[in-house]
Amino acid sequence: MVSALDRKALRDLLRLWAQVLAIGSVLACGVMVLVLGSGTRASLEASRAAYYERQRFAEIFAEATRVPETLLPEIAAIPGVARLSPGIRTTAVIDLPGVSEPVSADVRSLPASGRDPVLNAPLLRAGRLPDPLHPDEVALYAPFAEARGLMPGDRLSAVIEGQRRSLTVTGHVLSPEYIYTIGPGSMMPDDTRFGVLWIGQDAAAAATDMSGAFNSLALQLARDAVAPAVVSALDRLLAPYGGTGAHDRTDQISHAFLQSELEQLGAMALILPPIFLTVSAFLVNMVLSRLIALERAQIGLLKAVGYTTGAIATHYLKLAAGIALIGTVVGWGAGWYLGAAMTRMYADFFRLPWLIYAPSAWPFVLSAVLALLTTLSGAGRAVWASVRLPPAVAMSPPAPPVYRRGLIDGLGTWAQLQQTTMMILRAITRWPGRAAVTVFGVAASVSVLIASFFTYDAMDLMVDEIFTRANRQNVTLILASARNESALDDARALPGVIRAEGAFVLPVRLRNANREELTSLTAHPEHSELSRLIDDKGRQVQLPDYGLVLPEGLAGKLGLSPGDMVTVEALAPPRETWAVPLAATIRQTLGQDAHIAAPALFRLMRQTPQVNQINLQVDATQMDALNAAVKSTPAIAGIADWTRTRSQFTATIEENLSISTVIYSALGMLITLGVVYNAARIRLSERAHELASLRVLGFGRGEVAWVLVGELMLLTLIGLPVGWLGGYGFAALVVQGFSTDVVALPLVVNRQTFAYACLIVLATALAAALVVRRRLDRIDIVQALKARD
Amino acid sequence: MSIPVLRTEDITRIYRTGAVEVQALRGVTMELSEGEMVVLLGASGSGKSTLLNILGALDLPTSGRVFFRDLELTRASDRELTRFRREHVGFVFQFYNLMPALTARENVALVTEISEDPMRPEEALERVGLGHRLDHFPAELSGGEQQRVAIARAIAKRPELLLCDEPTGALDSATGVSVLEALCEVNRDLGTATALITHNAGIQAIAHRVIHIADGQIAREEINATRVDPKEITW
Repeated sequence: MVSALDRKALRDLLRLWAQVLAIGSVLACGVMVLVLGSGTRASLEASRAAYYERQRFAEIFAEATRVPETLLPEIAAIPGVARLSPGIRTTAVIDLPGVSEPVSADVRSLPASGRDPVLNAPLLRAGRLPDPLHPDEVALYAPFAEARGLMPGDRLSAVIEGQRRSLTVTGHVLSPEYIYTIGPGSMMPDDTRFGVLWIGQDAAAAATDMSGAFNSLALQLARDAVAPAVVSALDRLLAPYGGTGAHDRTDQISHAFLQSELEQLGAMALILPPIFLTVSAFLVNMVLSRLIALERAQIGLLKAVGYTTGAIATHYLKLAAGIALIGTVVGWGAGWYLGAAMTRMYADFFRLPWLIYAPSAWPFVLSAVLALLTTLSGAGRAVWASVRLPPAVAMSPPAPPVYRRGLIDGLGTWAQLQQTTMMILRAITRWPGRAAVTVFGVAASVSVLIASFFTYDAMDLMVDEIFTRANRQNVTLILASARNESALDDARALPGVIRAEGAFVLPVRLRNANREELTSLTAHPEHSELSRLIDDKGRQVQLPDYGLVLPEGLAGKLGLSPGDMVTVEALAPPRETWAVPLAATIRQTLGQDAHIAAPALFRLMRQTPQVNQINLQVDATQMDALNAAVKSTPAIAGIADWTRTRSQFTATIEENLSISTVIYSALGMLITLGVVYNAARIRLSERAHELASLRVLGFGRGEVAWVLVGELMLLTLIGLPVGWLGGYGFAALVVQGFSTDVVALPLVVNRQTFAYACLIVLATALAAALVVRRRLDRIDIVQALKARD
Repeated sequence: MSIPVLRTEDITRIYRTGAVEVQALRGVTMELSEGEMVVLLGASGSGKSTLLNILGALDLPTSGRVFFRDLELTRASDRELTRFRREHVGFVFQFYNLMPALTARENVALVTEISEDPMRPEEALERVGLGHRLDHFPAELSGGEQQRVAIARAIAKRPELLLCDEPTGALDSATGVSVLEALCEVNRDLGTATALITHNAGIQAIAHRVIHIADGQIAREEINATRVDPKEITW
């Protein structure tokens, strides 16, 4: 049997449906973001874990020039190594009929036994794996095969280690090593330009002259293994064979990208919900305060007939809990739905073979508890203030509000303000707390919008920095091996080349005391015009004659500041270790590679200048001819087309941003809607009598509405600059939360972004206020005047 | 012969709430002339407030016609009714209906700001004897003072019509007398046609004419041969 009080609570919820819905939606946003962020993250993590587990994704990875298989027992004997899987890895340029641009590929070997590799087993999606006895058979990375329409049975031609080979496709595979694939020298996955080929061990060995040897190794660790110890031991064993430094999963490109995406999702679930929950707490407080004010007499009556203070307080808290329930259920639903959609989107971007949408229970429980606490804390003060009144006091009408003279009066006289405007100003100063809630809500909206829109500004700056200021080449050639500078002359002879500059990239391990990081060191030639280093002011950084320049993030990880000495260990010939001072740090948007002036590096190496990358400025109309020439040049292992990368980069970012922008705009508008609508309704109910009196005195509907709408719009205007500050701070949080090893988002908010956020919030606030104005227009003057009598 | 400012022709007003129908007015025809002070006297529920609301265009009759000079209020648009109230009518209510957020002076200024040829707010307040309480908020004034602010607000626009709904209903006798004095002075000095409704029979003596309302109709009319000064009445 539902008690009479409970029935009242239920009817109150129904009667106040519009306000309940407005608060509930704001609350639902917080709940949704929490469920969405952590749910998507949990699902991706679960999918990835299952994939890693099933395909035995390795824990330690190492590469070397050529390691004899006789070393394997020694490696297996390293304490902590559970399983190991040697293989051969090289690169290829694929020649597809009718495709002018060169397509590069990773080549991976499959065990001669014909069985799956011990670790990093590819997952067959179509056809079959190559027969070890048929060296001309190849399995293709499925997204590449699909992008190029290569079906089992089709043939393709590839240049591997300088030899052209004709291969037959046997099947499509996916691999845990290639959840996120990126070609050499490029920045974005491009399934049409980069693929992976799996061929038999013997075929790979023959192509690379690796009989009885391997150049790539994957390890799985025993449960009690100490990974850094294994890495050091492995490095010692592989050093004589050209080891380039073993590393764990954190330096495995595909894993690192996916991991950084997961961290961003976690950040989203952490930053946003508190904003929505706080706003809804204030809203609940506002609405319940008003509701209770209107019900003073009823509260007095309930007390008079013998209800305890506790019972009455519980009644109103149940009302608050009802709002929490609505917000939670809506938020759960939206979070679940969007989480599944977002997980699907990620699955598309990251090549996972299957998707387990498995949000864990805790975000649901946590969000429900938070929603409940939010509304209860919002209601608590209002409830407490009313229920403690003695019944006789509660039953008599409240004393009229007392206004005092203050600064406003001086302002009013000085500016000769209209009396209706004075009413607005006095109402604001009389209830500053309530005005503050509206201002805070509006500011929160503006902040959310700015924090969402500024990502465009940051991306624009990034694109400008990366593609216009830092990299002015439109093509980068990746050479198969280091060459002397005469290679530049060869490059200049290629069709369409206007300018050619060399670069030398060396894999290194940087060390400071006990901290170390794997990275690559780029040697920049003097007077470089194409590839340049840019600081955070957009100016070109002049590399010092001697010493390293590191990105701030990397220097921070190593605990280095300018002037400190860094140990640089070259992981490719000449495989020496040097002590070099850190000359400067820069804010680097993309990547974590280190920089040095070319003459300085070659002095350290005691070698004549070399190049292993060539940056080109090319006549755009000659690209086809250049591509054709590159395809027939075995010395070129890969080609990066910056123009294409730029358009892909922008397209991908815009696609991802447009979705989140739509979501956050909606969230930001919901806050304004919830705050302003509730404030307007409350104001209307409190001042119906006053506003009706104005109508009696001969004020038109518009003039009377001004008292209501004007107050809210004034508060909205005050909220805007507060929101700018909040938005900037919020943007800084986003930059911190979303920057990873791969991308360091710059903190930049354009004026337009501030303006857009303001316009959206102003328009939303006006719409909310005007909806309430329609109620005002419908007020029956006689009834409103009677209400007080 | 005095010129009628306001007249009604056989007006009725029926309120419907759900299935219940209440006939508040049952065919009222009356006139109010320039400079005249009329007291509408009737028991509670007799329909006198409904009549006053219709006279002031706060409400419309269910049938019948209402004219303000040549303007037929019963056919006027919402905008015309607003202008009628703004330019020609002053209201005084039992519970004052002041804006709590505005001082006495500002409450009057509220009206003078939107009128064409108003008095200065200070002048209106002096006329009702409140020249020394200009900057007080309603909460800082006594009931009689609040009502006098309401009267000052009603007359500051120099209305042709002053409609008062139980203006002394919430006041004690002595305070009420001071309010009535203010109303009589305005009527005399400005020639404002004044309709005052009350259930207090003691007040009728101050009027030129008394209209008795009962059961939604005019029961009878009397013309006072001699008016009594408010000072001389008590209740």
